[in-house]
Amino acid sequence: MAESKQVVLRTEHLKSFYILDMQGTQKVVKAVNDVNLEIYENEIYSIAGESGCGKTTLLKTLFNEIVPPQRLVDGKLYYRINSEEVDVTTFSAEEKRKLRMEYISYIPQGSMSVFNPVIKIKGTYEDFIGSHVEVKNRDEIFAIARERIQELGLPKNVLDVYPHQLSGGMRQRVTIALASSLNPQIMIGDEPTTALDVVVQRGVIQMLKDIQKKLKNTIIMVTHDMGVHANIADRIGIMYAGKIVEEAPTEKIFDMPLHPYTQFLINSLPKFGDKTMRESVPGSPPSLADLPTGCPFHPRCPHVKDICREKMPETIKVDAEHKVACWLVEEEFNG
Amino acid sequence: MDKLLEANNLTKRFSQGNVISRAILTAVDNINFYIKPAEIFTLAGESGCGKTTTAKMILGFEEVTSGQLLRNGEPQTDKEKAWITEGVQAIFQDPFSTFNPMRRVDAYFHETVYNFKLAKTKKDAIDWIDQKLQLVGLTYQDVAGKYPSEFSGGQLQRISIARALLTDPKLIIADEPVSMVDASLRMSIVNLFKQLRDELGVSILYITHDLATAYYVSDRIAIMFRGKIVEMGSVEDVLMNPRHPYSKLLRDSIPQADPNLRWDSRVTLAELEHEEYSRKGCRFAGRCPEVMDICKTVVPPDVRIDDVFVHCHLYEELEEA
Amino acid sequence: MKVLRDLFRDYRFTVSFVVLVFIVTMAVLSFFSPYDPTLWHVVPRDMPPSSEYVMGTDSNGQDIFWQATFAVRNSLIISLISGIVSRVIAILVGMIAGYKGGNIDRVLMFIGDSLLVIPLFLIFVMLAMMIREHMNLVTLGLMLAVFGWAWDARLIRSMVLSLRERDFTMTAILSGTGTLKLVIREYMPFTTPLIFSTLINNMSWAIGLEITLAILGLVNLNIPTLGTMLNWALFYQSILLGRWWWILTPVILSLLVFIALYWFSVSISEYLDPRTRIQRVGA
Repeated sequence: MAESKQVVLRTEHLKSFYILDMQGTQKVVKAVNDVNLEIYENEIYSIAGESGCGKTTLLKTLFNEIVPPQRLVDGKLYYRINSEEVDVTTFSAEEKRKLRMEYISYIPQGSMSVFNPVIKIKGTYEDFIGSHVEVKNRDEIFAIARERIQELGLPKNVLDVYPHQLSGGMRQRVTIALASSLNPQIMIGDEPTTALDVVVQRGVIQMLKDIQKKLKNTIIMVTHDMGVHANIADRIGIMYAGKIVEEAPTEKIFDMPLHPYTQFLINSLPKFGDKTMRESVPGSPPSLADLPTGCPFHPRCPHVKDICREKMPETIKVDAEHKVACWLVEEEFNG
Repeated sequence: MDKLLEANNLTKRFSQGNVISRAILTAVDNINFYIKPAEIFTLAGESGCGKTTTAKMILGFEEVTSGQLLRNGEPQTDKEKAWITEGVQAIFQDPFSTFNPMRRVDAYFHETVYNFKLAKTKKDAIDWIDQKLQLVGLTYQDVAGKYPSEFSGGQLQRISIARALLTDPKLIIADEPVSMVDASLRMSIVNLFKQLRDELGVSILYITHDLATAYYVSDRIAIMFRGKIVEMGSVEDVLMNPRHPYSKLLRDSIPQADPNLRWDSRVTLAELEHEEYSRKGCRFAGRCPEVMDICKTVVPPDVRIDDVFVHCHLYEELEEA
Repeated sequence: MKVLRDLFRDYRFTVSFVVLVFIVTMAVLSFFSPYDPTLWHVVPRDMPPSSEYVMGTDSNGQDIFWQATFAVRNSLIISLISGIVSRVIAILVGMIAGYKGGNIDRVLMFIGDSLLVIPLFLIFVMLAMMIREHMNLVTLGLMLAVFGWAWDARLIRSMVLSLRERDFTMTAILSGTGTLKLVIREYMPFTTPLIFSTLINNMSWAIGLEITLAILGLVNLNIPTLGTMLNWALFYQSILLGRWWWILTPVILSLLVFIALYWFSVSISEYLDPRTRIQRVGA
């Protein structure tokens, strides 16, 4: 099954840094540091990591929106457009704009800032859709919007209210409906369910899955909640200090985590009916502006060895679908 | 029974608007609970259920509309605010906003020691502070002269706990203490609560929406919905065998970190959340899968089954004599 | 020292700093003046600039350069009294209104808003006419101060309102800190840049108003200020009679003071606000 899947988004050694000039001294924040991804059609790929690991920057880079002080330092980013792989990093602003909404769309975390607070929801729909589709009149735009809203089981009248009249959960669902309205190939979500109540979060996850099933497209999302990953993702990438340290299908990540960081993340989660002692990862995450040498996890790793302090391990394929970057695993496999 | 803190028919109403149109919102509606010495008691629920308002009333940041707060069985009056700061301390959700970003962190420690006259000399003060910081795995040297931005979220939350411990409080109120801490550091904070309870005999009122950590850390739990406690009892009883339909929904909606436990049923969300506050009968009646006619008109009674209180009509007949 | 070096990277700060040093030096020089500024006919009248009279002399028989040193000093004194006194009022009103809230807030803000909506200039003209005999540097400065705090008090209040909701306010209360200490220790660091920049804005506002009132002849014309110098120059038709040195000296000095104060305030508040620093880097 895996072989037949088409790659829809691919990156090669993607590096995106923030270069800040703090009163004369230059500070480089290595937020995305050599990331290689292959994301397939018709899947939900989710990226796990803690705050300050560069996951939001990675999403912005994948969305091909790089605003100073963020800079694309190195690497390539390919989208598959009309069955042809295109390097989109060279695109002009106008070409990038054309891809948005239609080919790739973005779901932000705080849905309040998406909608202009003084115009009705349908005004925002008009702005977003009207600038991308050639339509003769507003009625056509609203027809597109209404259809999607009904399919997703949202109340019909949401288009006619102001943003503050909706609850946070409803607003987030309308945002997702808006992002999906032009049937994009790829939808990117930055913590789309964080800051929502658990029951509402469940509703939003349910809706994301519904959309993905219907459009058979790709959703790339970021969240720090392993429970959300387990429920929604087909494949998971674990991000630590600007790098993807492990990647595998969801079941494999949870059944057989290989990287010590992943092991900690999964084993530290409390479960109902099990009160045995859980341990956190010791230490704190490193600053992206001042990374340790070698493997960035080595200061916190209980299995640290000399080589970990000196060299960053290569990403190796444990099997067709499971990749990991760790010296422990490297040794086990290569001798 | 020994009760460190007891809430009797505690109610808080907010009124919004002006003289002409005034809306009254009952944020906390007649709730009763108690906290024993050396126990971790969880108030769980979604945003807007009144859990933070309850905490603020205990801390004296909000006035009580009606009802009483008793400490060691005696009414708590406004004049005895000293107990609120010495006997009850609090830690907050966002560790980065707990301390003023423009002030050094140790200033708060020295101020607390000075204000409560905990030490006579500067050296005694530092010893006292160091002793409390060691309880959370830090030392005075780690903290002295540093600004909040020099620490990680997990460290700051530990420092915040150490500051709360300075006055040797009997009760610590922790409002969503781990929801903004990184996943990889979360359990170290939660484990600290257990340690404080077991080693120092401190009680903790743990306020959270995360039922999984609540199960892991606490002894008893109360689940709140729209200002009411809908179910209360030991965590084993309430979370392993939830009785109230809302508790069941909440328990089932926690995303489990296990791909084999994905949700298979669908969930209905409230369309108009505000309307739920002003419902006549049971406030959950609009979404309850087991709703009956009586739920829409009559406020359910507090039913007691095996040491668990359930606020639901379903169990009315089962009540033990 | 590092702060100064960073500030001097901004050309606006460098220029305004140099000009302000020049202005202050002039004000200090007034103490070494060979002439009494209130006496007339101490030097020959209407002399153009020369090596003896650097900026010439006027029709009252006064040396314009030394007269200007007194004018700058007095204008600065008025603006400093106005600026500092109105800051004290603005801080007190803003902090109390913001922290206490409720009815105290309503009353204080009602007074402040009333000051904002009434036509201040007319009030000044009326007041100046009423107390003309008692008008000196201090009373003029105080008069401007009493009417110049309302907008800044509102700014401080809105800042305190948002700071009050931050968790560290509760941390301070739980640490046993009293209200006064809390406001000073927790909120002052946030409001200092604002207070500083409004201080400078208020000073240039006060200098401008003093000039306006002086040209209308509503202040004691025997005290040399930038405004009264202009008044005398206009009174003796110095433009028509070609005595350009007389009218240009106060005009150029006033312009220099305004521009210097404005750039000084802008460059320092940009330096103190980290957000604008990042923006400049990104551009």
